[in-house]
Amino acid sequence: MKHIISALVENKPGVLAHVAGMFAARAFNIDSLVVGRTEDPSLSRMTIVVVGDDKVVEQVRKQLAKIVSVVKVQDFVGQLVVARDLMLIGISALPENRAEILSLIEMFKGNVVDIGPKFVMVEISGPEAKIEAFIEVCKPYGIKSLARTGTIAMPRHSKVTEDNSV
Amino acid sequence: MSSQSHSSADSAGKTTIKTGAQIIVDTLIEQGVDTMFGYLGGVVLPLFDKLYDAPINFIVPRHEQGGCHMADAYARASGKVGVVVATSGPGACNLVTGIATAMMDSVPIVAITGQVRTELIGNDAFQEADTTGITRPITKHNCIVKDVKDLARTIREAFYIASTGRPGPVLIDIPVDIEVAKCKADGSTAMELPGYRVRSMGHARQISTAAKAINKSKQPVLYVGGGVISANASEELRAFAEKAHIPVTMTLLGLGSYDQNRPESLDMLGMHGSAYANYAVQESDLLIAVGARFDDRVTGNVKTFAPNAKIIHIDIDPASISKNVNVDIPVVGDAKAILTALIKEVEYCEREAWFKKIAEWKRKFPFRYDNNSSTIKPQYVIEEIWRQTKGEAIITTGVGQNQMWAAQFYRFSRPRQFLSSGGLGTMGYGLPAAIGAQVALPEATVIDIDGDHSFNMTMTELSTAVENKLPIKVCILNNGYMGMVRQWQELFYNKRYSKSYLSNPDYATVAKALGAVGIRVDKKTDVPKAIKQMLAEKEPCVVDFKVEREENVWPMVPAGKSIHEMDGLDILESMA
Repeated sequence: MKHIISALVENKPGVLAHVAGMFAARAFNIDSLVVGRTEDPSLSRMTIVVVGDDKVVEQVRKQLAKIVSVVKVQDFVGQLVVARDLMLIGISALPENRAEILSLIEMFKGNVVDIGPKFVMVEISGPEAKIEAFIEVCKPYGIKSLARTGTIAMPRHSKVTEDNSV
Repeated sequence: MSSQSHSSADSAGKTTIKTGAQIIVDTLIEQGVDTMFGYLGGVVLPLFDKLYDAPINFIVPRHEQGGCHMADAYARASGKVGVVVATSGPGACNLVTGIATAMMDSVPIVAITGQVRTELIGNDAFQEADTTGITRPITKHNCIVKDVKDLARTIREAFYIASTGRPGPVLIDIPVDIEVAKCKADGSTAMELPGYRVRSMGHARQISTAAKAINKSKQPVLYVGGGVISANASEELRAFAEKAHIPVTMTLLGLGSYDQNRPESLDMLGMHGSAYANYAVQESDLLIAVGARFDDRVTGNVKTFAPNAKIIHIDIDPASISKNVNVDIPVVGDAKAILTALIKEVEYCEREAWFKKIAEWKRKFPFRYDNNSSTIKPQYVIEEIWRQTKGEAIITTGVGQNQMWAAQFYRFSRPRQFLSSGGLGTMGYGLPAAIGAQVALPEATVIDIDGDHSFNMTMTELSTAVENKLPIKVCILNNGYMGMVRQWQELFYNKRYSKSYLSNPDYATVAKALGAVGIRVDKKTDVPKAIKQMLAEKEPCVVDFKVEREENVWPMVPAGKSIHEMDGLDILESMA
């Protein structure tokens, strides 16, 4: 089971290394880890997707909280969240396939950010399932390069159930 | 701007210009440091220059590892924060084992390491090592100071983090240019630790739930660890065990938290613990864990540990709760505060049948050994030391058989009396630990009960004892083997003693060469006399006891078994 944990950490050198090292030392399985600045220059937000059962995730949460530079830990289990992943993907686009590829990109609400005679680079964001689906759709044409950020997430305030395709 | 002035020895309160080195010394003194351990090096020269005439008792070891163990044992024995200093690169790397030892046993020490100049960091400079990177997994917290203005606050924070909550080692890495940089010392005592909270009071509802469970229980056991000693809660423990009438078993690190001479003591539990402690835990209906972490040496096969017991876990570290074992009633907070609150809500219960059962186990399975042979039994040496010191000495140990026999046969009555590397199991801890303890308690009798191979690892520190005139005593239980692994080779590897022995020097002669007193004991009949002489010595003294070569530690819970499935009980019974 995948769990999303969000941690506010001090924006200081070494904190990322400390968190990553702790995960490695305790053999926790990280699916993705994203860290970036927040509106407070002294704090960064880390979003970590952990694979494991409830007991494992509880330990992850507690071990994270133990790190002095980690200020606050939130576990989004059982909560409705907005979760997004951003990807840049370079697809092989021969002239005869180009129209097809462009219409697929439009369907997935991606943006073409770079283009060449046999190549197109797409920027696309959305829930993990959408990103995975787009990758599948690109495979037959040939993927030349791919870079993903990993998941960032924030809890919802509305009571509407999350629709995975949106 | 005030004119260039010499760094001042004034403490906080005045606005003076100080160098980083002066700030370090002044902040240490402000934190109550009167003793330090450490070794010189290029990038700590500015600091050592300020230490030259500082009012601090400074002990220099022969190896930084020894210095770190000394600071560790100083902290364990005194309850204060131990401080060790080392230079960059090899100096800092030599601290690693000592820091990991302190981390595993939750000991409050602050390690200060020098670092190369800020602009050389990351450049493979001379004597450079990524100290903060290397020690990150083995410190409670660490940091490198890049601005002299942060130095005082960082040191203050280090002491706070090391000594509060679950104690642990904190390392501060200080580049040499920071040590000579100047800034205004403004006397501020502020700290900036938004991510560090210390919880002390337990949740009142949890405490009540725990008290109800305790009052209802028929076969409860108190399982206490090093946390009770860190919390200085042995008085509360005694009062609680007495009020509710519950037997007490201790982990290796918990020895001394409860007086082993009291009838409710079950002594140590676990892999080499007493049969009566292990049986009591396995048959308990309520296990009250205080300041202990359900370590694998204690639980044996964790799936079958305390199968019939509801578990109450009182601990200051929430991450320890339900880490290995499912806890029914967690109470997070300080042991002293929680036990005090619990005492008010528990009632005395006779539990006659339970205590009768326990007494029968105690009668059938005491710790024993066969003393009928003509060879010197290591257990006999320890019992004799216990007799002659009236059970009041401070005992440090090496690791392995010497450590287990010391835990079994020296009966402890007060906290901070038994100093041993439990979590990491560091061979060579015994001698530097004895030195650190003696520095903390100059009037105490401090004895290192050690193994020959453990002792050999750090025996160079005998010179430190001699240099500083510390009257420590070392008792080497010399069987010529790495005893514990030899025992495993005997039991599980068909006695194939692969690389488990090295030839020893004549330790009495080595001691004399290093300036200490050295005594060699080959005959059983000479044991009491040698110990008497050792205790009377005013100088460091090593006694090399040539003991029975292939003696085993019993009972023993083999790997993977439950703690009631002990080996060796039949052997012990045959000695009755």
